[in-house]
Order: sequence, then structure tokens, then C-alpha cells
Amino acid sequence: MTMHTTTHRRNALWIAALVHRLSGLALACFLPLHFLAIGLAIDGEARLDGFLKWTTNPAVKLVETVLVFLLAVHMLGGLRVLVIENLPWRPAQKELATVALIAAGLAAILFLARAM
Amino acid sequence: MTIRLYILQRATAVIMAPLVLAHLFVIFYATNRGLSAADILGRTRGSIGWGAFYALFVLAAATHGSIGLRVIAAEWAGLRGRRLDILMWGFGALLAVLGLRAVAAVVLP
Repeated sequence: MTMHTTTHRRNALWIAALVHRLSGLALACFLPLHFLAIGLAIDGEARLDGFLKWTTNPAVKLVETVLVFLLAVHMLGGLRVLVIENLPWRPAQKELATVALIAAGLAAILFLARAM
Repeated sequence: MTIRLYILQRATAVIMAPLVLAHLFVIFYATNRGLSAADILGRTRGSIGWGAFYALFVLAAATHGSIGLRVIAAEWAGLRGRRLDILMWGFGALLAVLGLRAVAAVVLP
């Protein structure tokens, strides 16, 4: 019988890897829509302006805030992976992951404060 | 993931790190001023610099995103062989085409 343990899922670095993967997946889903929205400018400035007016909706601002968080956390999480793979091992891996999460959260809060 | 895909994934990550940082700064700057099509197009239309910036960003993101999706599809959905290749190339091509179309939309006069 195979023993299945899930204790590793409480490890900060496992969570950091999961956050990196999920944020990448979410950004991959968002990117085609982002490109389609920007591509509206092909039909003229008014078309893009109409879309931008729609994005002033508070619910859209909240979604944009989440996207800013996802972009920041994926970039910082990616830098953490590059550091692990290319530089000598550092014992402070958990701290690096925590700093990445906090910095991404701060970027998202700052964006929301400016956007609202 | 093959060694070639692994290196491409890491290389595009290194290329994109400063581009993402710059993109975030532009987002913050533009949001503070109130976003309008005139503001965006006034900055980008006819600009070789912004055109090169966004075209590089799109191609790096298309490469990085499609390889990442391939890894997730293999590990979480159990996809193998030809299906994985079709998914990676299809998604990469979709991102590249839509992305470069968007760049052309905001850069070409």
C-alpha cells in the first residue's frame, strides 16, 4: 500500500512554487484578452477609448489590482527561481519567498490606491 | 521538458524581468494620470523604441508562456507527445499573433 503524505504542502517553499505556477497560468489565460483589448486601437482611437471608459468600473479596477499582484508575484517568484538555480544555495529561501509575496502585495495595494 | 526548452524558458524570464518592471512603472504612471486612448497612442504611435520594447515583450511572453503551459499540461493533465507539442506551438502562435497585432495597433501611425 502506498502511503500518501501531504505535510510538504505546509512548507513555505512548496506554497511559493504553487503560487508561481498558478500566477503564471492565470497570466497565460489573461494575455490573449489583454492583446485583444489593446488591438481595439486598430479600429481607431474611439474604440480603445470606449473600452478604457469601461475599465473605470470599480469591479474592473479590482480585477486589474489582482492582475498587477499576479504579474509582480510571478516576476519576483521567477527571480527567486533564477537565484536558486544559478547562485550558491542560501539558507534564507523562505525569507526570499516571503519578501516576494509582500512586495507583490504592496505593488497591488499601491496600484489600487492610485486607481481608485 | 527538453534542455533546449528549459534554457529558452529561463532566457525569456531573464529578458522579461526588466520589461515587466518597466511595464509596471508605465501602468502606475498611466493610472495616476487617468488612462485615455489619446495618452497611450500619443506615447506609442510612430515610436520605434516603444515598438521594439513591446514586440520583444510579446515574443518573450509568447515563448515563456507556451513552454510554461506545456509543463503544466504534462504534469497536471498528463498530456504527452504530439498533443503537448500542438498545445505549446498553438498557444505560442496565438499569443505571438494577437500580441504583435496589438503592438501594430498602438505603434503604427
